[in-house]
Amino acid sequence: MKYMMMMNTPAGTGDYQINNWSPDDFTAHIAFMHEFNRRITDAGEMVACEGLTPPAQARLVRAGKDGRPITDGPFPETKEFLAGFWIIDVDSAARAYELAAAVSAAPGPGGAPLNMAVELRPIMSDRPDPSAPKLAR
Amino acid sequence: MSTDADETAEHLLRELAPQVLGVVARKCGDFADAEDAVQEALIAAATQWPAAGIPMNPRGWLFSVAMRRLKDHVRSESARRRREDEVANEQTHNEPFSPPADAELGVTGDDTLVLLFMCCHRALSPSSAVALTLRAVGGLTTAEIASAFLVPEATMAQRISRAKQSIKSSGVAFRMPTDDERADRLSSVLHVLYLIFNEGYTSSEGLELNRTDLSGEAIRLTRMLHALMPNNGEVTGLLALMLLTDARRAARTGARGELIPLDEQDRSLWDRQMIGEGIALVSDAFAAGAVGPYQIQAAIAAIHDESARVEDTDWPQIMALYGLLKRMSDNPMVALSYAIAAAMVDGPAAGLALLSELDTDEKLRGHYRLDAVRAHLYEMAGDEERAILHYRAAADGTASVPERDYLNMKAARARDRSDA
Repeated sequence: MKYMMMMNTPAGTGDYQINNWSPDDFTAHIAFMHEFNRRITDAGEMVACEGLTPPAQARLVRAGKDGRPITDGPFPETKEFLAGFWIIDVDSAARAYELAAAVSAAPGPGGAPLNMAVELRPIMSDRPDPSAPKLAR
Repeated sequence: MSTDADETAEHLLRELAPQVLGVVARKCGDFADAEDAVQEALIAAATQWPAAGIPMNPRGWLFSVAMRRLKDHVRSESARRRREDEVANEQTHNEPFSPPADAELGVTGDDTLVLLFMCCHRALSPSSAVALTLRAVGGLTTAEIASAFLVPEATMAQRISRAKQSIKSSGVAFRMPTDDERADRLSSVLHVLYLIFNEGYTSSEGLELNRTDLSGEAIRLTRMLHALMPNNGEVTGLLALMLLTDARRAARTGARGELIPLDEQDRSLWDRQMIGEGIALVSDAFAAGAVGPYQIQAAIAAIHDESARVEDTDWPQIMALYGLLKRMSDNPMVALSYAIAAAMVDGPAAGLALLSELDTDEKLRGHYRLDAVRAHLYEMAGDEERAILHYRAAADGTASVPERDYLNMKAARARDRSDA
């Protein structure tokens, strides 16, 4: 079963807070993420992962009356911001929770775990659920 | 573009893959190395045979190429460890290429069975076992398996290599399970084949042209297992269940990929030949005695498939069979199916009463299926309001697009009726 795992970080200044960390904290955090990615890649669970640019580069786009894009933003005052996401393919919900908790505990300043909020969403499948009772098949 | 020659070669390769791997694994004693070597031999054959023609002894050809690759690997490994040996090098280069005859290889069905038991071992996670079985026994390429599961090829390659490592580290020997182990090991083989079959249960054929047909592959592998174990009732039952389910493939989705439930399917689209074969198999299995869960599920599928019209369905017999299944399995989905059958026999109130007993079931509580079945039974009872409520709850709870759409459509129709 596939999940999208979204890492939300506080972004009060329009920039990621990581940019203000000490070199050691910064390096430790990046190394942690590399190691995490290597681990789920080796396990054959990684489908995709991407990091996103900071809120300063985000734009909200709507279609105007003539269908042309109207953009809004950036949004430097946003409290929480999507910093990156993974798409994982795992055997159970429990395993997905385990991976999300691992990311959540990524090291922050002084090496203390950030325990940031990680949003986990099951990805919809284009197949009927094989456990369906016969009525719906 | 695939030609007839390509297809003939491909079919032959899939058939020979487990036999050759069985012999190579038995001779070299290392399953993971053998699997790599055979996979390379299969790729060599897939590129060479369509142009050069299928060799006189294709099995021997594959075996010889795989054994060469195995030696090459051993040699490059040794070279890396600076323990290389020039004499060995010369010898293999001068070796004439003469594939051994089948008799020399000692190919038996046992090797294929051992392979299946190994790939479906409980030491592996379900997804690893599925991937390894498709590659090692099914002869599919990593790219084909990856496309079937909609994951990148590198991810699937990693999953397969992990599976082989797990086998290595768990110390499973390449040998037939003992009599004591056999029933348990066979049940995990059947489970993996059933998982593969269900993975192929796609909803919209038109959009799936580039996807590997996993249901077809599961049927092919189960046929192979049935040929090797013709007297095992559960193997026969599983093959029958697959055929009797797959027979409805053309009728179970509409033009836009929407789910068509059994009671609304155009039964003239059902594959009569598959149904005939499935019914013959399930009758054989029942006649042989000791009845298991796959046989019972096949018998239920057969009752549906035998009914020319939905109103001809023999629900009392289906209810009796689900009752039997319920005693063998603690799967709450069986209890749900039983409640549906009870509603069809004794009316919706009887079914709803059974569902309220399931509200306390740990595995089922809050599961969208419970809402879906409850909605159906309220609809049967003419209680549109409650039906709408539960259809909506079920639609919000499912992670399957075709089911969500189906449940939302049912809610919308019930709303239309209650508004009218």
